[in-house]
Amino acid sequence: MHESGSSAAGSEPILSARNLVKHFPIRSTGLIRRQVGTVHAVCDVSFDLGHGETLGLVGESGCGKSTTARLVLNLIEATSGEVLYEGTDLTALSPKKMRELRQDLQIVFQDPYASLDPRMPVNEIVAEPLRIHGRYDRGGRTAVQDLLRTVGLKPEHGNRFPHEFSGGQRQRIGVARALALRPKVLVLDEPVSALDVSIQAGVLNLLDELQAELGLSYLFVSHDLSVVRHIADRIAVMYLGRIVETGTASELFEGPAHPYTQALISAIPLPDPRKQRARERITVVGDVPSPADPPSGCRFRTRCPKFAAELSDAERSRCVDEVPELVDRGQGHPAACHYAERKTLI
Amino acid sequence: MTEDPLAVSTTPTASRNGAATDVVLAVDDLTVGFPSDDGLVQAVRGVSYELRGGEVLGIVGESGSGKSVTSLAVMGLLPGNAQVSGSVRFRGKELLGARESELNSVRGRSVAMIFQDPMTSLNPVYSIGYQIAEAVRAHHNVSKAAALDRATELLELVRIPNPRQRLENYPHEMSGGMRQRVVIAIAMANNPDVIIADEPTTALDVTVQAQIMDSLQLAQQETGAAMVLITHDLGVIAGQADRVMVMYAGKLVEVGTAEDVFYTPRMPYTVGLLGSLPRLDRPSERLTPIEGAPPSVVNMPPGCPFTPRCPLAVAVCEEIEPELAPTTGPGHLAACHRSEELVGASAGDVFDTDVVDTEALAHFVRENEGQS
Ligand SMILES: Nc1ncnc2c1ncn2[C@@H]1O[C@H](COP(=O)(O)OP(=O)(O)OP(=O)(O)O)[C@@H](O)[C@H]1O
Ligand SMILES: Nc1ncnc2c1ncn2[C@@H]1O[C@H](COP(=O)(O)OP(=O)(O)O)[C@@H](O)[C@H]1O
Ligand code: SF4
Ligand code: SF4
Ligand SMILES: [Mg+2]
Ligand SMILES: [Mg+2]
Repeated sequence: MHESGSSAAGSEPILSARNLVKHFPIRSTGLIRRQVGTVHAVCDVSFDLGHGETLGLVGESGCGKSTTARLVLNLIEATSGEVLYEGTDLTALSPKKMRELRQDLQIVFQDPYASLDPRMPVNEIVAEPLRIHGRYDRGGRTAVQDLLRTVGLKPEHGNRFPHEFSGGQRQRIGVARALALRPKVLVLDEPVSALDVSIQAGVLNLLDELQAELGLSYLFVSHDLSVVRHIADRIAVMYLGRIVETGTASELFEGPAHPYTQALISAIPLPDPRKQRARERITVVGDVPSPADPPSGCRFRTRCPKFAAELSDAERSRCVDEVPELVDRGQGHPAACHYAERKTLI
Repeated sequence: MTEDPLAVSTTPTASRNGAATDVVLAVDDLTVGFPSDDGLVQAVRGVSYELRGGEVLGIVGESGSGKSVTSLAVMGLLPGNAQVSGSVRFRGKELLGARESELNSVRGRSVAMIFQDPMTSLNPVYSIGYQIAEAVRAHHNVSKAAALDRATELLELVRIPNPRQRLENYPHEMSGGMRQRVVIAIAMANNPDVIIADEPTTALDVTVQAQIMDSLQLAQQETGAAMVLITHDLGVIAGQADRVMVMYAGKLVEVGTAEDVFYTPRMPYTVGLLGSLPRLDRPSERLTPIEGAPPSVVNMPPGCPFTPRCPLAVAVCEEIEPELAPTTGPGHLAACHRSEELVGASAGDVFDTDVVDTEALAHFVRENEGQS
């Protein structure tokens, strides 16, 4: 099923982001909290999520992944842009309408410790969304038991509290809760990042199987490229608030065309001694610039190895002055680099 | 406790950076316990290994398996309530039970330690230039100005941009990745024989992790030091380690060259761990989760500590804890009663990959038909 390119192309996407922008004000400390700047957290982000598809959103911390996830669910207000769910713009909905649609769109957070109410027994945690939407009385009790069993917990676990469970089990409880309303889309924000790999594998397999059985669509947010390659059909790579490259998982890993994607793939060591020691490496220098003052033109230019080592001054001025569009420049998939060029790195 | 005649490297190992050399660090039957209200926390149970000059030895294992405590014991950095036994010899000199003054002449000089949090090693009230220069002057009789020149060079080596200006910065004025590179620069100034790095890149972004690993490798090559590298990242181990030790519940459960451990693992935990990794270099395959959690190391039952999670467990596993024993070769050891049965087995053969109770799910779907 993976990498089958069951992408949004062809059928209508279930969820689309259109030119999403999110600015956060930076305020001075002290009594009068004047606005002294703006964090450009998300800048002109667009993507489609197909029915039954997994779209991976990947990038380093602070690049705007979680903000994008929250925008998509209309949990925070967009500065501009639209989110279309089955053709309806969520950003323009009345609170009542939004509440109804929320049943279809659920989120699972990274931290299985913080995202579950510690004072609630597990049964109640899973039942809560059903109660909120007035659906508990119609077979809610059985549903909760089925859900707990589905994710690998025993029904008697339902009377225990979150702290009595391991990290992996808590994340499963989070998934059971998210499934209670039979959503169509799950937004997963770093759902396995806090777990040891051997436990993480169980949660990834669970998500895989649930998708196959229920036809769910996933927006899967992660900083871990290996996890994203494993789970996603298509991938969008973010850097400093912008999507810099998109493609199917195989397009992106077999022929990354944006220097940032290339550096990211290079930076991940493979758990295979011979392969890892024989690899070509592309390294970047320095740290990510502040999103309060992103570089002009291409936001990656301050760290771009191509900009630093390969381009002429004339070519560089384009990187400085002109924001590179996210389009296919003959690489077979879109990359936001004026000088995009496919490379083989694995 | 365990009398293990097979010290880890029974054969001289040629490190990737040079020919077989002398043993710089020899750890023998190291055992560490912490008294607690519930009983003794058996954090490390009879760990033995030898580290040769220039060699990189990787330690992997789940959270709580005893990786850090092993290294803190080597450095004499455990809290006072720790009960330590066994032996730790640096170039033949016993460090366990040595006087503080003797330890200080080794610690930070001959043996440098790099922690996950660089602030463990940096002093917040001094500029980084001062701190590196001090390390230089501790070993070389040079002027302050010359020490600062050397500090600049070292910062350049670990790829800190504008090193000369950076000398005046205080640690809080730098990013986490840059601080870690300063710690590495200080380690280089000390020209150590051994570098122990405990999760040096955890919590950093991947591109910064790669920079740190490059700096660390460079430091190791420049100084010719041997390195003990603790990390949960098996990719880092694959790329850097000559030999690998896998820890579980305070013990070594598998030891061998990187090739031995990655290509022909002989302990079910290692097999499961490798099978649980999502891979960047190929389309997805089923992952093998290891169900359950590591055992508590207080009041441990007899037998193999992996028994409750091991699909291969048989009666003997609950009674007798297996010793490290040679497998594919004299340097490749594993602690498992059924080690031979893993020959040719893939992770998927050993571990179950299905996690969903499909019957329960089908019931849920049926009962909720037409409700959404
Ligand atoms: N000072 C202490 N007092 C009591 N118990 C301790 C102390 N330090 C460590 N332990 C216990 O010793 C065991 C091994 O801990 P250690 O820190 O070595 O694990 P680790 O393998 O480094 O784990 P991680 O991957 O989480 O860093 C754990 O059970 C831990 O709780
Ligand atoms: N509520 C907020 N107020 C101000 N800045 C924020 C807020 N939420 C996020 N940011 C900033 O927006 C940027 C993107 O953040 P985020 O979406 O959380 O990144 P990621 O999930 O990719 O790590 C960061 O610079 C972050 O500090
Ligand atoms: S547009 Fe220029 S700076 Fe940006 S990634 Fe491409 S080459 Fe580098
Ligand atoms: S000794 Fe037994 S329980 Fe332990 S790893 Fe081997 S087969 Fe499994
Ligand atoms: Mg985030
Ligand atoms: Mg540790």
